[in-house]
Amino acid sequence: MSGVRLPSGGTLINRDRPLTFTFDGRSYTGFEGDTVASALMAAGVGTIARSFKYHRPRGIVSSGPEEPNALVTVGEGARAEPNVRATTAELHDRLTATSQNRWPSLSFDLMSVNGLLPPVFGAGFYYKTFMGPTRGAWHVYEHFIRRAAGMGAASRKPDPDRYEKSHLFCDVLIVGAGAAGLSAALAAARSGARVVLADEGAEPGGWLLAETARINDIAAADWTRAMVAALAAYPNVRVMPRTSVYGYYDQNQLAAVERVTDHLAEKPAHLPRQRQWTIRATEVVLATGAFEQPVLVDGNDLPGVMLAGAVARFAQAYGVAAGQKVVFFGGHDGVWETAVATADTGVGVAAIVDPRAEPATDLVSRARTAGIAIHAGSAVVRVTGSKSVSGVAIVPVSASGEITGAVEALNADICATSAGWMPAVHLHSQAGSRPVYDEGRGIFLPGEPRERWRSAGACHGVFGLKAALADGAAAGRDAATEAGFKTDDAALPEIEAEREPSAPVILRSVESPRSAKAKIFVDQQHDVTASDVTLAHREGYRSVEHLKRYTTLGMATDQGKTSNVAGLSMMAGLRGEAIGAVGTTTFRPPYTPTALGAIAGRDAGHHIRPVRHTPMHAWHLANGAEMIPAGAWMRPRVYFKPGETLEQAYIREARAVRESVGIADVSTLGKIDVQGPDAPEFLNRVYSNMFSTLAVGKARYGLMLRDDGILFDDGTSWRLSETRYLMTTTTANASPVMQKLEFLLATVWPDLKVSLASVSDVWASIAVSGPKSRELLARIVDDIDVTDEGLPHLGVRQGHIIGQPGMVARLSFSGELAYEVYVPARFGIEAWETLLDKGRDLGISPYGLEALGTLRIEKGHVAGSELDGRTTAADLGLAGMLSKKKDFIGKAMVNRPGLIGENRQVLVGLTANGKGIPNGAQLIRSATPGAVERSLGHVTANAYSPALEGYIALALLENGKAMHGETLYAADPVRNRHVEVTVRDPHFYDPDGSRMHV
Amino acid sequence: MRITCPVCGERSAAEFSYGGDATIEMPALDASPEAWNAAVYDRENPRGAHAEFWQHAQGCRCWLKVERDTLTHKISSVALVGKAAGKGRS
Repeated sequence: MSGVRLPSGGTLINRDRPLTFTFDGRSYTGFEGDTVASALMAAGVGTIARSFKYHRPRGIVSSGPEEPNALVTVGEGARAEPNVRATTAELHDRLTATSQNRWPSLSFDLMSVNGLLPPVFGAGFYYKTFMGPTRGAWHVYEHFIRRAAGMGAASRKPDPDRYEKSHLFCDVLIVGAGAAGLSAALAAARSGARVVLADEGAEPGGWLLAETARINDIAAADWTRAMVAALAAYPNVRVMPRTSVYGYYDQNQLAAVERVTDHLAEKPAHLPRQRQWTIRATEVVLATGAFEQPVLVDGNDLPGVMLAGAVARFAQAYGVAAGQKVVFFGGHDGVWETAVATADTGVGVAAIVDPRAEPATDLVSRARTAGIAIHAGSAVVRVTGSKSVSGVAIVPVSASGEITGAVEALNADICATSAGWMPAVHLHSQAGSRPVYDEGRGIFLPGEPRERWRSAGACHGVFGLKAALADGAAAGRDAATEAGFKTDDAALPEIEAEREPSAPVILRSVESPRSAKAKIFVDQQHDVTASDVTLAHREGYRSVEHLKRYTTLGMATDQGKTSNVAGLSMMAGLRGEAIGAVGTTTFRPPYTPTALGAIAGRDAGHHIRPVRHTPMHAWHLANGAEMIPAGAWMRPRVYFKPGETLEQAYIREARAVRESVGIADVSTLGKIDVQGPDAPEFLNRVYSNMFSTLAVGKARYGLMLRDDGILFDDGTSWRLSETRYLMTTTTANASPVMQKLEFLLATVWPDLKVSLASVSDVWASIAVSGPKSRELLARIVDDIDVTDEGLPHLGVRQGHIIGQPGMVARLSFSGELAYEVYVPARFGIEAWETLLDKGRDLGISPYGLEALGTLRIEKGHVAGSELDGRTTAADLGLAGMLSKKKDFIGKAMVNRPGLIGENRQVLVGLTANGKGIPNGAQLIRSATPGAVERSLGHVTANAYSPALEGYIALALLENGKAMHGETLYAADPVRNRHVEVTVRDPHFYDPDGSRMHV
Repeated sequence: MRITCPVCGERSAAEFSYGGDATIEMPALDASPEAWNAAVYDRENPRGAHAEFWQHAQGCRCWLKVERDTLTHKISSVALVGKAAGKGRS
């Protein structure tokens, strides 16, 4: 391949603005407007990449997003983006591009030895070798295969770029700004509809920018630019270049990615790299164009085998000659027009090869005039050359394709083939309409719309400039009318007469005379050959979906834009059926590869979801707290003192609670204000235990079950008046409980007079725990009697605390004499600091989640790790809380056979002699580390107990009640732990609860 | 997908939480275990028209009964349920 920049021409490039860039470390020059592909081609670089499996040298095939071969890595370090299509990557100054999948270098690749042994990696290779009896082989060969087969490598560094997400609403969305799209946009714009015109190119216009015909007697590119400017001037039109609409979803929701700074050498700091758009359009016009398809011949993956239109486009749009001896090959008139147009730009066109015996005379005379040799009634059967094309072998063929004469060799440096243009029906198909095959024309057409779209131009088989302009205008008018706007008939632009094409032959592949040794690549990006398709057929993988998965045809990053149809047609031939009967695979988003960063937008890292802070958050941070996430919240884990380990810190905090007094921030608990005359009845139904009998001014611990009888949540509810309760939930279930209660009132019991309000954020809640808690509390309450008589166990009082309206409830999670103090959220820090200040002489300490956990484990109280969505009340020793006097949610299902009996895993306590019990460890009988045995249960929570001066844990254990006193092993082979434990009752400390009743 | 909330108007489905099959009637609390078993576990998987509960969780928090086509995701009706049934924007 010997590409070179032509002395003049190139509608997209600006020869006054040279740019320098590097490819594999070597410096090259291009022009503003170039793509990486056009600049490399102009510099004479033929081999751009090595292929996926066989490491064969590959060059540029196409000039657009369908490119199968010319994939490069653009950028360096954390910004390196692999598998970028060189044909769409815009060149900018100092761009760095690197070739992929080669070792040690692009020109000399050791792995290309694979190419000598194609059967090794033939169709079904992975399935046959690694999924059958030899499955174990995968472990041996994985490393080698991963190195041998592959594409570019993603950076392992965090993405330093910023991405944005945006939403857009419009009346008419037009996808594609070629001739049809521009015409549709103008028609819709004139109606006053809100129009969005999205185009994936650097400059809107599509193939119009490389069109040789004149429009309204000016060059097509100039007409296009004037048209885009005119459209952009409409206040109701938004033209979006560099915007790929890649997904079509339900109800006319489409997804697009806008490349904002990829094309800039200097990336302004205020701009995101890319912007993901969610577009909701009342009506859509799909003007997505068509992809030229190659004719598959022996040797077709040599660098220099290209699509015919691409050769012309590189010359017209970028002023680059792909070669000096171009041979065009195809069985339709378009190939001739392309060849002549290419020759007119100054590219050396050697010959046209057409299997039709009598091509149209006007084309023949134009080709002759352009100095092109004509080989009618012939076909290219082989492309020859070692590292790039050096010639083609042609043979005379009959009308039915039989070889009728001897092979003739032609000199060539480019073999440009065309099997015609295939409508780009990807988005139509995504929108739920299966493509329909037109046997006569050999193309797939969009199916019947199920969403509100219509097609315009080549994407539904309307080819030719004049037809596309008219079709686009009609589609634009139709869309605007359907969206409720009044349209008019604007005059269509004048173009010179187009010739009617004569009958084509549908020629997608040519058999090679050296059949067995032939290398005909169907899917070049995945190295799928014609013999792979034959093999798939022979082995019974004949449906298109099986063909695809067995050979991986069409599964590469190009999704088979230039290979699916050829593969289908080969399979149809082998099956002896029409292509329409064989069908096509389903197209799914994205239409072109899309950066995951753009889809994530800013929802990455700690922005992945909102983080909630309690009113005392700032105090925790300022006072040595290590914060850890608890659901959506950040909570203090421990408050470190200088030099302390985590274990030392939580033991100190827990000891303070057992010996004097501690305070913990429990503001994260869910709080629901339940009001109404039926509130007592409502609580009776949703809790397993009785709440209607609860006296005003008292709190009760309650259990909630799911419909299926499994535990849902627990917490205390406080009766504030005859008709009002304050319900508390666990931190994690605050939202699900609220949602469930709202659901029940709305759909199941609309007759109950109950209102709910979430008040979780209204209150700052502080647990004050320890033998000296009452003494401390008395110092901060204004008008609440906190004596044992004034505020008995489970009593609730409303009044004033630090001068603010608040509540105190005598509740204990730690097992000590303890209270929960509620003050308005904005006074949280003040109440917290007042408690610490007034408790200094009592030895007060704040305590975090670790100490909170230790204290509850010592008491055998359950929490989230035991309420794991599998346990029942009986499993956790709470069967006594299931009321027999009333009905409640879950009651009917709680005694199902699977939820009762000795095999249930139930709550037990564990102790260990001097060793920590690994959390999450499985309980087994074997003393041997690494023993493989059926698990009898697992550790749910562990701690060092300062009260018991030893390591303890809670666990769920099969038939656990009968196992008290037995020795088991907590096995954690992943962390290499195997600890002997003794099973016991889970109530380690103060089992009769005497300490909280003082 | 977009759902037209009878209270708030047309909104993105991201604002709503799915609440299950609305063709299932929850049994009375004292109904038999068999009736509850059926209500909790027995589900049709219809292709086509289907009724579902959705909550406008990030809006008015109303529970809605949405008639949706499981094949096309086309929504044919949205209505408030319970006490509020029949109210809202028309």
